[in-house]
Amino acid sequence: MPFSKGLCAASAIALMAGSAATAESLTIAIVNNGHMINMQTVAEAYSAETGVELNWVSLEESVLREQVTSDTATGGGQYDIINIGMQEAPIWGAAGWIEPLNFSSEYDVDDILPAMRNGLSHEGTLYAAPFYGESSMVMYRKDLTDAAGVAIADNDSWDNVKAAAAAIHNPDAGVYGACLRGKPGWGDNMAFITTVVNSFGGAWFDADGRPQLDSAEWNAAINFYVDLLGNYGPPGSEGNSFNEILALYNEGKCGMWIDATIAASFLEVDGVAYAQSPNAGNPVGANWLWAWAMAIPAGSPNAEAAADFIEWATSKEYVKAVGNHAEFGWGSVPTGQRASTYAIPEFQAAASFAAAELAAIESAAPGVTDLKPYVGVQFASIPEFPEVGSAVAQEMAAALSGAKSVEDALAASQDAADAIMREAGYYD
Amino acid sequence: MAIVAQSSKFSIYGRPVLAWGVGLMFFFPIFWMVLTSFKTDADAVKPENLIFFTPTLENYLNMTENYDYWRFARNSVISAVSATIFTLFVSVPAAYAMAFNPTRATKDVLMWMLSTKMLPAAAVLYPMIFLAKGIGLYDTHILVITVLSLINLPIAVWMLFTYFKEIPKDIIEAGKMDGVNTWGEIKEILVPLAWGGIASTALLVFIFCWNEAYWTVRLTTIDAATLSKLIEGNRAPEGLFFGRLSAVSTAAVGPIVVLGWFCQKQLVQGLTFGAVK
Repeated sequence: MPFSKGLCAASAIALMAGSAATAESLTIAIVNNGHMINMQTVAEAYSAETGVELNWVSLEESVLREQVTSDTATGGGQYDIINIGMQEAPIWGAAGWIEPLNFSSEYDVDDILPAMRNGLSHEGTLYAAPFYGESSMVMYRKDLTDAAGVAIADNDSWDNVKAAAAAIHNPDAGVYGACLRGKPGWGDNMAFITTVVNSFGGAWFDADGRPQLDSAEWNAAINFYVDLLGNYGPPGSEGNSFNEILALYNEGKCGMWIDATIAASFLEVDGVAYAQSPNAGNPVGANWLWAWAMAIPAGSPNAEAAADFIEWATSKEYVKAVGNHAEFGWGSVPTGQRASTYAIPEFQAAASFAAAELAAIESAAPGVTDLKPYVGVQFASIPEFPEVGSAVAQEMAAALSGAKSVEDALAASQDAADAIMREAGYYD
Repeated sequence: MAIVAQSSKFSIYGRPVLAWGVGLMFFFPIFWMVLTSFKTDADAVKPENLIFFTPTLENYLNMTENYDYWRFARNSVISAVSATIFTLFVSVPAAYAMAFNPTRATKDVLMWMLSTKMLPAAAVLYPMIFLAKGIGLYDTHILVITVLSLINLPIAVWMLFTYFKEIPKDIIEAGKMDGVNTWGEIKEILVPLAWGGIASTALLVFIFCWNEAYWTVRLTTIDAATLSKLIEGNRAPEGLFFGRLSAVSTAAVGPIVVLGWFCQKQLVQGLTFGAVK
């Protein structure tokens, strides 16, 4: 009987293919980040040494969040270790979704850069250990600025940056003055735009959680952004984010790029120099701060083994293991997490951007200030931010493309953000 | 006469041109995906490299070396083949009963089965996760096969019911007169007569199972994760790396496109079965 035979075969295949997890295995949910992909290879040595089998699950950011939250809500156990960003770490820690991290005395917690430690903590307790961190900075073509007779200084004024962009802008020769993120997304265009708004003295919300997108600071910042990128940026900038601009930069088409410090390690053109992010008067918040970290979800049955692995994967020894690995080397070590990494001579020799990156991370100020009554630089560390940020991102892209005026885009943004925050119960 | 002449000219020249146009329109995204899969991530976003570029296998090597493509592919084959067999095992007798021994409730049952397709999947996501974890089936092939079978059963029963309705009842009854039992009727008479319809139903169910992403991404971790999860995991936080993504997508949809290509005659035959009398 073909059908019954088929059914039996199907059941047999299914039963044979199912496999039970062993006690010595860890399931690690990761985002598709280059450093995490490399870790899978480097960690083969950890498995060989400890006998712990490591199962890696690569997930898209939003799916990872959804799976971890649903796993936690249904008793946990699906993942032993998860990748988590700086936006969620304090929120999830406060909610009890991830375990506090307690390391052995051999683990140098104080070596983790203070900005990273603070950003991944809630009320002084560290909930996630960073394996890679970044800030933002200006990466400009010094050969072009020298030829044009202009200079870009650390923490330069936005006006000077715009003047420099105008001076090196030469579309006929295929060189655009400034390449900046324009693709809509709270982690795309809004990451950069928020730093501009911060530097103009603006903020996303007031102390009650009321959106401030109709403020004069937002208006000035967005007008400046649209003017700078619209006049001196490459055509179609509303479709450009990190990858697109990286490709343009490496083709020699960008005079300057203000973006994640990690970009510096991918630049292949000559004559690149670095400067700290510009500002328009506000001393903090001009450069962003982000980390990808590792945390243990509440309910993991292997919490102890997970903590041991995190301790190894975010240690000084791991950095050295990557640097000395035959497949990778010192140009591929994860940066932005530990002060000691920047003191390694081999790393300094391989990374010309090291000093600028360290300075950017150390000067980033994610804490609450009078101007910005929430934690986070290029985001607000509240659960509603991704939704608000995504809605506003679309309006900013519309303003950049000319489909809407800056004023109309900001008014629509304010309405959208107001509706989300009101519904979330921040105010009536 | 003029109208007839115009109509035949359209039949001779217009229809093929239209058919080719529509065909190319549907094929273009697949062609573009395959083309992009041989570009580096940098070339994939450069306007000057739209058509002319130096092809590379880098993305395919990365996919097999860093992402264990074959494990995901094996899981996809196990899930899709098993779910298709299981779906047919249930839907053929169900459709047989409804086509040849209908009751007053048959139409309502058919409508009720179809109405389950109208339920948004997200509405039952958490109950499904609780249930799967509660009975210890989370991230197993049995769970994936069961879910894939259940979500495709209504379509399979409807399709098979339509095909079976076209078979004269007298032939089945003649079998009965010869003393064939019910299972014999299905096996010896119905299946050979409706083979085209059953094959196209199987093919369609297989395609749906292979492409299913909502449940396979959410009900699996490692052991039963299918190619849908591999594609999902290749979306990087820094943005979309089109070269890499295209290679993964090409490798994921490749087998099903090839299968569809070879079976297109049966597929079209089955899908148009009973449409023109």
